[in-house]
Amino acid sequence: MKLELRAITKRFGSFTANDAVDLVVEPGEIHGLLGENGAGKTTLMNVLYGLYQPDEGEILIDDVPVTFKGPGHAMSAGIGMVHQHFMLIPVFTVTENVMLGHEQTTPGGFLNRRRAGREVAAISKRYGLEVPPDALVADLPVGVQQRVEILKALSRDARLLVLDEPTAVLTPQETDELITVMRALRDGGTSIVFISHKLREVREVADKITVLRRGAVVGTAEPGASQSELASMMVGRPVQLTVDKEPAQPADVVLQVDGVSVVDPNGVVLVDNVSFAVRGGEIYALAGVQGNGQTELTEALVGLTTPTRGTIAITGRNIGKLSTDEILDIGVGYVPEDRLHDGLVGQFSVAENLVLDHFDRPPYGSRGSLNLRAIADNAAVRVQEFDVRPANGLAGASTLSGGNQQKVVLAREMSRPLKLLIVAQPTRGLDVGSMEFVHRRIVAERDRGTAIVLISTELDEVLGLADRIAVMYRGRIQGEVPVGTPAAQIGMLMAGSTSAEAAAGTTSLSKGAVAAPGAAGVL
Amino acid sequence: MTYQGTAPASAAEEMLPEAKPGPARRLVDAIRYGNSVVLTLLAMLCALLVGAIMIVIADPPTRSAMGYFFSSPWDTFTRGWHAISAGYVALFEGSVFNPDSLYSNGHTPIFGPISNTLLNAAPLILGGLAVGVAFRAGLFNIGVQGQLIMGAICAGYVGFAFRLPPLLHLLAALLAGVIGGAVWGGIAGWLKARTGAHEVISTIMMNYLALGLLNYLLGISGFQAPGSNQAISRSVHGTARLPHLLGPNLSLHLGIVIALLAALGCWWLLTRSTLGFSLRAVGANPSAARTAGMKIERSYVVVMLISGGLAGLVGCSQILGTNHALTGDIDAGFGFDAITVALLGQASPRGTIFAGLLFGAFRAGGVVMVANTGIPADVVLVIEAVIVLFLAAPALIRAIFRLRESRGGGVGVGQLAKGWNA
Ligand SMILES: Nc1ncnc2c1ncn2[C@@H]1O[C@H](COP(=O)(O)OP(=O)(O)OP(=O)(O)O)[C@@H](O)[C@H]1O
Ligand SMILES: [Mg+2]
Repeated sequence: MKLELRAITKRFGSFTANDAVDLVVEPGEIHGLLGENGAGKTTLMNVLYGLYQPDEGEILIDDVPVTFKGPGHAMSAGIGMVHQHFMLIPVFTVTENVMLGHEQTTPGGFLNRRRAGREVAAISKRYGLEVPPDALVADLPVGVQQRVEILKALSRDARLLVLDEPTAVLTPQETDELITVMRALRDGGTSIVFISHKLREVREVADKITVLRRGAVVGTAEPGASQSELASMMVGRPVQLTVDKEPAQPADVVLQVDGVSVVDPNGVVLVDNVSFAVRGGEIYALAGVQGNGQTELTEALVGLTTPTRGTIAITGRNIGKLSTDEILDIGVGYVPEDRLHDGLVGQFSVAENLVLDHFDRPPYGSRGSLNLRAIADNAAVRVQEFDVRPANGLAGASTLSGGNQQKVVLAREMSRPLKLLIVAQPTRGLDVGSMEFVHRRIVAERDRGTAIVLISTELDEVLGLADRIAVMYRGRIQGEVPVGTPAAQIGMLMAGSTSAEAAAGTTSLSKGAVAAPGAAGVL
Repeated sequence: MTYQGTAPASAAEEMLPEAKPGPARRLVDAIRYGNSVVLTLLAMLCALLVGAIMIVIADPPTRSAMGYFFSSPWDTFTRGWHAISAGYVALFEGSVFNPDSLYSNGHTPIFGPISNTLLNAAPLILGGLAVGVAFRAGLFNIGVQGQLIMGAICAGYVGFAFRLPPLLHLLAALLAGVIGGAVWGGIAGWLKARTGAHEVISTIMMNYLALGLLNYLLGISGFQAPGSNQAISRSVHGTARLPHLLGPNLSLHLGIVIALLAALGCWWLLTRSTLGFSLRAVGANPSAARTAGMKIERSYVVVMLISGGLAGLVGCSQILGTNHALTGDIDAGFGFDAITVALLGQASPRGTIFAGLLFGAFRAGGVVMVANTGIPADVVLVIEAVIVLFLAAPALIRAIFRLRESRGGGVGVGQLAKGWNA
């Protein structure tokens, strides 16, 4: 399918999110769409998908002008979209989710699950998208959930597929698999619009690249363009893609974790006898494939989960009996991995979100009442400092683009004196410019003497930032490696090899690295 | 380490002050995009139209004229018009102002309609606040009825069983009423915090408990009016009664002042207090609130205590102001109208005041309309229901009046209407 967007303009009030955007996607082309956070990529795709009506401009499909009144309309014209935030129903099975919206029934009016199941199997086979058809979506890792989203679009005969930051939540292996799938789709004649902040992937897979900045197209590029060329085109200034830092100067131990285990109510061991210590002034990275206990471990560190065994001490104080509030009060900053779910209150303004965990302390609150002036002043400063766009403390947090939401969370956690900073996936969904900025802030926080625990599934991030690297696998610390360890070796640890095996370079391919069939390829 | 400048360089451009639209522009925008006030007014217009159809259908002369519509259609229209205007005029005269009263003696008849409207508005506002505050913290309090009954029982008991000096007696009775309602609401909050029991279920069940308790008490000595075999309690002593505001002949009492003060208090709580901040955060996103160190369980208990306390004030207004004695129907349907008022008022204190006044006017005017014109009282209920229905489905109003899709988010009444699972 050939898609052409001509001079699309979309405004939100006085704010122009898309400004006369032209975009041509040829049949069987993978078109990379790059742009800073808030550049208007998602908005443009929502216009294409019929979720928003453009204020000006037209959409042409195979050279015929069309208008879409809603997603149903766009879908029937052959456009499929996988949103930045998934739109699956967790308590439904894979098959049910795929059939949702175009359910087929048996003559008696019952759902024809058998037939739907067959169709799901057929499509997944055709494109090599392996999914367990009868599993509940809630039980699947994100990478597999995403495949379900893609299947859903394909099952409606999408001939143009929009993938909005599909790799933001994927492991390297899952990303590789997605890229294979995208190529297979392209070779089958499907056009793809691929949005990503990871320049390497875009260069690897795109046939053509369009760059947006502040709602307008600033240029197109060939995939041959270098990462730094693309980055400066996006941001409008040179971007430093690697982290500059001095060697760490570790001080006293700030965080001491001893034999901590977390067992869920069903008896599943999520964190298994983990011990480590982090000193002030160093960055301790916990690398690992998503879902290997990092989330539960961090939750235990801030008192959101009570460990079944073991002790955690922060600045020498056992936090076993402390509430989250009291732990944060010691001087702990916490950036949760899921900003929408745990980091922000979407209905609150940016200013309110910026004081979410210290609203009741002076100067923001005293003797039971809020100091709105202080809250607004704080917002003005933070928004400026972290370049949150729009730079408006009154904006609702849910109207911000994903990257800007992340900056709000970071700004909040890094805006008070800290002894320990726990950051989970700090740059998920951030553009290269913001990523550079966040990495610098983390390093600066380290240099101020704060102990930093970095949880990340991005190997590049771990290798760039960490002073010490530990790999988590199935709830255990699989091994600690020095900085400078080759990525491949860490990848093997992440897939379940022991340190010795990894160092020796032998691959013990363990299927359990990702709890889904067909997802266990290693780097 | 090396820094290239401080924050990313482009921040300054973004900081350009956004042009503020002038008042005229804002008004045009409000109408074109349909802000919540415009939507509310349009919903009321629709409701009055639907009500008009009901009046026409229920009016015997119009109906008989319809029988020969094709030979003399004009009859149907004149009679229909007559019925509608008579009905709505009566509604207005009963709730706001009756021009005839200018020719009678004294101020009493002039202020009568307003007095009745405000009299009804007080419990509606208080009840609407109770539901609204709980809703903002993510809880759907269906139990205002039970909480107001408990409030009325406690306030009434203090009012008739003790003898205290005037002001002190009133304060003690009010306090007892607030505590009664707060405890009853707090139990539901505590159950949710401790066991996860859904507040909708538990508050409904506690409504039955409160009603049962009330009916039991009305039959035992010490509560039941001496020498009576009716289900009515002893009368609250004069010292514990809410004073009348417009002289002894008009029923309006201090309840409306309490309601307005409570609304002011709720406004402060929700927008200016740290407690309100955490309640709203828990209501909007409990996971994020917990991650930020707030105590969700405590918040559930606290908000149900507050909500129940406000409901207890409804009971106080009823027993210490309007009725003076407990009966089986002391709640007078205010428990459930409170939900509608909160819905219409979008769970905001200011909106709740307006919604309470409007529904108070409907209650006051409805009585007069039924008495003067014979139009069934159900018409008023239909109008109320249609307003809320239209507001719960703003898309419908937008479609009818061809308004543009709104631009920002903003809490709509739809949110409260959808709030069952919130
Ligand atoms: N419904 C809305 N109301 C008001 N402003 C909005 C709305 N949706 C998006 N915006 C604004 O439009 C701009 C573009 O947002 P969009 O989500 O398209 O960015 P994006 O390029 O996808 O960014 P990211 O990479 O962070 O996902 C942002 O500044 C955002 O705040
Ligand atoms: Mg986006």
